[in-house]
Amino acid sequence: MTALPTLAARGRSDGPADAVPDESSLRRFLHGLPGVDSVGVESRAAGLATRSIKAASKLRAIDLAISMVDLTTLEGSDTPGKVRSLAAKARRPDPESPCVPAVAAVCVYPDMVAVAASALSGSGVGIASVATAFPSGRSSLAVKLADTRLAIDSGATEVDMVIDRGAFLAGNYGKVFDEIRAVRAECGSTRLKVILETGELATYDNVRRASWLAMLAGGDFIKTSTGKIAPAATLPVIHVMLQAVHDWYGLTGDRIAVKPAGGIRTTKDALRYLVAVREVAGAAWLDPYLFRFGASSLLNDLLMQRRTQMQGHYSGPDYVTVD
Amino acid sequence: MSLDPHAPGRRAASDWEYAPAPESAAIGRVRDRYQMFVGGKFVDGRGADLTTLNPATAEPLSVVSTASGPDVDDAVGQARKAFEGSWSRISGAERGKYLFRIARGIAERARELAVLETLDNGKPIKESRDADVPTAAAHFFYHAGWADKLQHAGFGPSPRPLGVVGQVIPWNFPLLMAAWKIAPALAAGNTVVIKPAETTPLSILVLAEILADADLPPGVVNILPGAGDIGRALVNHPGIDKVAFTGSTDVGKQIQRSLAGTGRRLTLELGGKAANIVFDDAPIDQAVEGIVNGIFFNQGHVCCAGSRLLVQESVAEEVIAKLQERISTLRLGDPMDKNTDIGAINSAEQLARVTALAATGDDEGAIRWTSPSPVPDRGYFFPPTVFTNVAQSMRIAREEIFGPVLSVLTFRTPDEAVAKANNTPYGLSAGVWTEKGSRILGMASALRAGVVWANTFNRFDPTAAFGGYKESGFGREGGRSGLAAYLDTDDEGGL
Repeated sequence: MTALPTLAARGRSDGPADAVPDESSLRRFLHGLPGVDSVGVESRAAGLATRSIKAASKLRAIDLAISMVDLTTLEGSDTPGKVRSLAAKARRPDPESPCVPAVAAVCVYPDMVAVAASALSGSGVGIASVATAFPSGRSSLAVKLADTRLAIDSGATEVDMVIDRGAFLAGNYGKVFDEIRAVRAECGSTRLKVILETGELATYDNVRRASWLAMLAGGDFIKTSTGKIAPAATLPVIHVMLQAVHDWYGLTGDRIAVKPAGGIRTTKDALRYLVAVREVAGAAWLDPYLFRFGASSLLNDLLMQRRTQMQGHYSGPDYVTVD
Repeated sequence: MSLDPHAPGRRAASDWEYAPAPESAAIGRVRDRYQMFVGGKFVDGRGADLTTLNPATAEPLSVVSTASGPDVDDAVGQARKAFEGSWSRISGAERGKYLFRIARGIAERARELAVLETLDNGKPIKESRDADVPTAAAHFFYHAGWADKLQHAGFGPSPRPLGVVGQVIPWNFPLLMAAWKIAPALAAGNTVVIKPAETTPLSILVLAEILADADLPPGVVNILPGAGDIGRALVNHPGIDKVAFTGSTDVGKQIQRSLAGTGRRLTLELGGKAANIVFDDAPIDQAVEGIVNGIFFNQGHVCCAGSRLLVQESVAEEVIAKLQERISTLRLGDPMDKNTDIGAINSAEQLARVTALAATGDDEGAIRWTSPSPVPDRGYFFPPTVFTNVAQSMRIAREEIFGPVLSVLTFRTPDEAVAKANNTPYGLSAGVWTEKGSRILGMASALRAGVVWANTFNRFDPTAAFGGYKESGFGREGGRSGLAAYLDTDDEGGL
């Protein structure tokens, strides 16, 4: 038995493609990835979080973060009215400052995609939809594919799917892989975000394996969470995922996007994520095409902090809209 | 044409950079002139005034009055008086109160101390703020707790203080080394005469203010700024009962020679050339972080720095590639910027030494790689440097460089790793990176080093004994073993 495969040993020509001819090679590949030392990754994340972001670079980071927001409503109580008002906010986050960029996308359930699509037409704002029996993923593949089809037919430009965490934790990587492949095929040219639900994966080793599994299966994005499970996105988890996309880029030349979701509420948090993006994945990822925030309440804090930077004083939550 | 509204190019990718985030130098409250601290008073020494520089700008920072021979006599006399008059007689609980007060004083003036340390030493404010000052306070807190429990520490029923301790500390961690030396000495009931390094005398003189504010009895701690001659006078002074020295191996050998046969106790914490050993089953990304932290923390001015990377051949290419990429992101520059990762070399002299030793790597055929990070055009800076293709026979693999220079060697088997790691005159520290628990334990017992870190590097804690084998010195600092070095005991306890 040879030691762990390394990136160098897995050279580009006989690389990822060879990792998945069958279930056992897939398992060997995923378990051959270098381990993640939890103490180390947590201390690295905590260390980077002390970067001091000031002045002009803070303002630019805020605008960048705004342009990376997937403005999200995923409630059982969602209505067309709620979705339309969210769409209006997405187009023009701060009515008094037209220079504030639009957000990246609005994220809704599949049955609300049509409403969002009409409200956002011509705006350039994307329409993301959580499909595949979100958030648990506990349904048949046929239902998951039908869910995906509904979202795409209604005008979704991005699909956020959940992986079968039960299958993953049971070591049934082939099933997870096949499902992602099937949804990927259903998506066609629509970009696919693969939600790992890292809070349920429990270990950083699992986060790294699930990230690689999603990339091997053709995901365009790897996303931390549904937002329905605690803990959702955390800085150390994002470090592991950013390292995975960075390594994948080194191996294949393809840049996979990353999306933390859930629990990111403040500008300070968002800036810490951007620092991690810049220093772990690389500056190329500082682009809404390659990094997103899945958030609903983050945007208003970004807008308030932006005003504070522009005006030199804090004006408070009554000066931003609550859509 | 892409259907995707978010295809690259729709918005230009950002070239987002960090704006400078300088800490205010005013917080350091640097004065024009500092005095010695002897007998509880700030007094002028009889030596010539010394100008200390800010290594990041090479400009004068402040002036310090230095000691001369008679000042050493005075200080030792004051320390003797304090030892016999009160300090050795008061209860341990009472000594503990003073130590707790000092610890709190350090914590209260943490920001001032961090800024001052960075201005005087050149280390990044991030490190003085997050490592040096909190760890210095922790040493006083820890030893405060021991002060009234010495008879329960396994040294027999009545461990006794040694008397007057002469201490000499280096420039790489000026405040932290002062804490490492002073805290256990006081907890055990000794009194102290201590000499800081010539290039970094300021933070210990602010510590002196904290000692005075804590109402520490006069003479319990005496601080004598000065150069090597004062250090020599101090360690050779007949009124000293124990010498504790941290610094270069050469000076340590001289001290050992001069103290031989005098009956005075001695502990030495000297140089190192630590092996940081990465196995092929290591958590690679964290190992890369650990390698960076091991050699570039405090610009590599760390006696236990992981300056020899031993990496298993099967992952060497991957580890070196990742390491170089990671090092490229390190920010070299103004130590007062909160985002700076690597600050200034402490002195022009040290910069010349690092430069010269690195040049021997080129001469001997190692391959030099230098971080692309821009180097400031004033001050003493040396960019992070990695030598690959290094062999055991090269000077860069054997001599302590004491700068941000890493030598990379490879190995094939665990036995070879142990053989290479131990093949050095030094033995202060080592690191092992592997996910295999049994291998960690096996390596830890096979490596001849005072500290072996597993899946981490450069971690310090007052409870953990620190010290070396071979030319890295003897005696331990920290933990129970560290206390033993300041006690006359019936049982020295386990090291």
